[in-house]
Amino acid sequence: MKNMIKNSLVTLVMAISFAVPVLAGSEDVVVEDAWSRASIGMSRPGAAYMTIRNTGDEAIILTGLRTDLAMMPEIHQTSTNAEGVSSMAPAGEIKIAAGGEVALEPGGLHAMLMRLQRPMTEGESFLLNLVFSDGSEVMIEVPILGIAARGPEG
Amino acid sequence: MRRRRILGYGAACIGAAALMLFVGWWQVDGPGAPEPAGQLPIPLSAMDFSLTDHKDNKVGPGTLVGRPTMVFFGFTHCPDVCPTTLSDISGWLDDLGQEAEELNVVFITVDPERDTVKAMAEYVGYFHPGIRGWTGEEEEIAKAANGFRARYWQVPTEGGDYTLNHTSSVFLFDAEGHFVSTIDYHEPREFAVPKIQRTMKETGEAS
Ligand SMILES: [Cu+2]
Repeated sequence: MKNMIKNSLVTLVMAISFAVPVLAGSEDVVVEDAWSRASIGMSRPGAAYMTIRNTGDEAIILTGLRTDLAMMPEIHQTSTNAEGVSSMAPAGEIKIAAGGEVALEPGGLHAMLMRLQRPMTEGESFLLNLVFSDGSEVMIEVPILGIAARGPEG
Repeated sequence: MRRRRILGYGAACIGAAALMLFVGWWQVDGPGAPEPAGQLPIPLSAMDFSLTDHKDNKVGPGTLVGRPTMVFFGFTHCPDVCPTTLSDISGWLDDLGQEAEELNVVFITVDPERDTVKAMAEYVGYFHPGIRGWTGEEEEIAKAANGFRARYWQVPTEGGDYTLNHTSSVFLFDAEGHFVSTIDYHEPREFAVPKIQRTMKETGEAS
């Protein structure tokens, strides 16, 4: 019980201090530094980045994404081989160990937003649900930065 | 409680194994790998291709000779690597300040099917004004990529769409059009900017 209160408090404090509020879902998940790039129209896929921390004492598995912004949101992994060729592939399920974290950042994992339903406009934001293996979801608000943004600060 | 601890150890073991795999990948396939020999770009003067820049001018390798040059291959439907590299390049050019004006900076599309002159113009407009976007006939793009020893190929995605795998290194050439070095994907700025400055200086001393 004491532990539960502590966890809720941590989530609450995190939600306020990182300006990326965790609105619902798994209470042990903390999402920080979420950001995305504006799109040109709707024909090109978008990408979003963030750090997902598991503050709980059991591993969690991120199985997918859900958003009304894109028909096909999916977690992708970019990799670059010895010849300097970069490619992208669905990352599948992502396990985050107890106390661990996973960074979605340029050139690595990213939330790929395929089949946009509306343009991503700089200065706006969108809601993204992270779906976990136990069926719980965490909803976050992702700010949309400029096309040339390099990180959460722009 | 005890089961949880065992699970915790399990996770730690998997973590350690993943780390070892990652270190192995880094050294064998990853950015830590040695550069393959014999795959270096040929001199610009030996290349032969004809493309159109985002301002509708006819351009080719000859356009670049006379000033140091930076070239990157990509495509505008690329959500991660290309905007990241173009914003990295924009950052390097910002750091170079006035010096950047002495440099040719070219982004060549590997997706001429979707990247029209208009699409390239709109796209490069969001990055440093020194960056020019080149597109053209598929065959000419292939000839260009071959000269730079850059590779690319289409990969189908769900719903009849496609993406492309492509060489993401940034190529540096001196003012005579000789290949000097590459800046690898996501190389930190404190290495990238001096590399560009060395390329530019080399040229200055030679001429
Ligand atoms: Cu992707």
